[in-house]
Amino acid sequence: MPGSSVTVHHHAYDAVIVGAGGAGLRAAIEVAGKCRAVVISKLHPTRSHTGAAQGGMCAALANVEEDSWEWHAFDTVKGGDYLVDQPAAEIMCREAVDAVIELERFGLPFNRTALGRIDQRRFGGHTRNHGEAPVKRACYAADRTGLMILQTLYQQCLARGVDFHDEFQVLDIAFGAGGEVTGLVAYEQATGDVHVYSCRAALFATGGFGRIFKVSSNAHTLTGDGPALLLRRGVPLQDMEFFQFHPTGIYKLGILLSEAARGEGGILRNADGERFMERYAPTVKDLAPRDMISRAMVTEMRAGRGAGPKQDYLHLDLTHLPPEQIDEKLPDITDFVRTYLGIEPKTALIPVQPTAHYAMGGIPTNVEAEVVRDAVGTVVPGLYAAGECACVSVHGANRLGTNSLLDIVVFGRRGGARMAGYVAAGGAGTGAAAGPAAGGGIEADTVAAIERLKGSTGAEKVADLRDALQAEMTDKAGVFRTEDSLAAAQATIGGLRDRYDHICIDDKGGNYNYDLTEALEMGFLLDLAECLVVAARARTESRGGHTRDDFAARDDAGWLKHTLVHRRHGGRLELDYKPVVLGRYEPKERKY
Amino acid sequence: MPVDVTLRIKRFDPDRERKPHWGTYQVQVEETDRVLDALHEVRWRHDGTLAFRRSCAHGVCGSDAMVINGRNRLACVLLIQDVGHDITVEPLRGFDVRKDLVVDMRGFWDDLKSVKPWLTAGQGDPGDRERRQSPGERHAYDDTTKCILCAACTTSCPVSWANPDFVGPAAIVNAHRFIFDSRDEATAERLKDLDRRNRVWGCRTAFNCTDACPRGIRVTQAIEEVKRAIVRGDG
Repeated sequence: MPGSSVTVHHHAYDAVIVGAGGAGLRAAIEVAGKCRAVVISKLHPTRSHTGAAQGGMCAALANVEEDSWEWHAFDTVKGGDYLVDQPAAEIMCREAVDAVIELERFGLPFNRTALGRIDQRRFGGHTRNHGEAPVKRACYAADRTGLMILQTLYQQCLARGVDFHDEFQVLDIAFGAGGEVTGLVAYEQATGDVHVYSCRAALFATGGFGRIFKVSSNAHTLTGDGPALLLRRGVPLQDMEFFQFHPTGIYKLGILLSEAARGEGGILRNADGERFMERYAPTVKDLAPRDMISRAMVTEMRAGRGAGPKQDYLHLDLTHLPPEQIDEKLPDITDFVRTYLGIEPKTALIPVQPTAHYAMGGIPTNVEAEVVRDAVGTVVPGLYAAGECACVSVHGANRLGTNSLLDIVVFGRRGGARMAGYVAAGGAGTGAAAGPAAGGGIEADTVAAIERLKGSTGAEKVADLRDALQAEMTDKAGVFRTEDSLAAAQATIGGLRDRYDHICIDDKGGNYNYDLTEALEMGFLLDLAECLVVAARARTESRGGHTRDDFAARDDAGWLKHTLVHRRHGGRLELDYKPVVLGRYEPKERKY
Repeated sequence: MPVDVTLRIKRFDPDRERKPHWGTYQVQVEETDRVLDALHEVRWRHDGTLAFRRSCAHGVCGSDAMVINGRNRLACVLLIQDVGHDITVEPLRGFDVRKDLVVDMRGFWDDLKSVKPWLTAGQGDPGDRERRQSPGERHAYDDTTKCILCAACTTSCPVSWANPDFVGPAAIVNAHRFIFDSRDEATAERLKDLDRRNRVWGCRTAFNCTDACPRGIRVTQAIEEVKRAIVRGDG
């Protein structure tokens, strides 16, 4: 680009994987040696947020007690409040067993039973024989299961010589005349240069976007870059109104304290010391699904039974657990409690509150991780998505604990395999074969956006806008929502959009310009927050992680369907819907 | 109750400057905030050009190791109340500075790769089930699986400062994790590789690494266990 201060580089690959968490790395293992592929990630792979997952990965190994993958599938469907596409859940739960065995073969240091088998423990919403009682289904490595999955998959990528471009942030995608993927545009943090990747296929595994909320378990870097840029280029996003609030975030900070704490016997108590979950879920109590527990917690606080001077938290009680069990099974999370709260969890109650944790919605895909662009499942040629950024939908309206680690491994593998096959079959006949020239000009919008931000003389600061967005979303689009709260949030987002046009950054340089990348990420956050609020306003029922005070009941006649949000010209959002794929489980009232 | 904190940060932009300088910033934070929160206050409200890596903000991603008041720490697991109101922040020692607190870790990753940190096991095929491993066997390498590759240990090691060819404690920790894993079948090769002056025998047991580890890994002990395995002729 003449006169531009931005240097542009060109690359040609068959396939590009975007994101190096569990889904991206598992996909990379699958394509390794089959085509020319690269993994681009805005973090070094071992920094990815898969590493923050704690409690486990469910699979019906039946190592400890009787279990079956059908029970797991039923729990997943019921846990998702029947918005789950049932064939997808069956695939995930059936393949879970092989996925765990494969991770063990890859070297994952699972905890073991006395007989040397992979040990298993209880987790929320996972039950024996369709809800009879909690079942030990979660395979785990202490309370760092995600870290061990991330590192094990990274190790296997090293063994296979996978090509990584670390600290490259994807900003745009290009499609050919037939709607097929032809290239990606990424920003290199170390230099500020822009890189154009000509490719036949791309797999998005960019993770979540919990940073639209103030109190969140998500990393600072989880800003939804992948889904947001696809939305801008015409790909719809599915079920964005369904966001999971994990019951046990550390008070104020939102740092996750794994459900494994309750799987190991921990109990939630209100200010009166009462085990309140007995009233809300008499059978499974503290191991009810997360949406139910978070609602119960907020209900307790609204009724004046919250703890503390503002009655704005509850207590997680581990004091009755044997100290050696805490040290062996929950070492990391109890260290978090000591570090950030300054209390000893073996003897003191832990202040907790619901924390924005997981996006059930995202980039719509089929069970092969192929991205679909409409309600009838039309595939976008060469485009794949897996993990939290995707919506298959295996989690429906509420994800069960441990099913995210399962999702990334199962659908990362499926997506990688499908993509390698697509490339081997010649793809759509364009992309890398045409060489760098195929990317001519696709970086223009990215370069212009960078130059506009660096040249802006506005008075608005990214941090002020982000604070305002996050506070509004936590306050008005959180565990409970109403038409009024959502309308107010939408108006706030509109105002922030206007202000975003006048942001100014201090750093005009190239190398490690986080001022710039945070400004770009802020744009993504605004897009995704708006999708969430618009979809949530339209859905006049309560289901799973979407709870409306003004429409408290689930409405299967009107709303047993997936939302698709499209972004039209001028940024206007438009909704349409597609049916849930049902199966053997009839939607029923959800009791635990 | 907010408190005033003074941060002295070693600033350097090699694209524009010939040598580092100190930047001093006054920020308001809570006693229970993290040093990372104070750094964010600087970047978000005082000087957007300040560069530092971070992601998870609770000590598991390993992004934000840096020298805080003279010691290698993770900025996200160190609270203001534990470090005081005058805070000096510098980049990790022994790596080239890319910008401010961002260092060039390519050599660190190369050292890690040099120990072949992946399970090497043949086709002693257990069928469609997992390989067996007793709780005792699993425990033998538990400590070294906790590593988050933050480089706090390697950049606190006086041998690493003096000898850039020394592989460093983090790489040895990650070799230990496989040497003592009963499933791994490359023990002899791993020990042979480490049995060199710039590998385990470079370690002078200064214990800086163990002090620096934010995960509480007994790094020096792990290195000693590898040395003893070499002497015993394990594998």
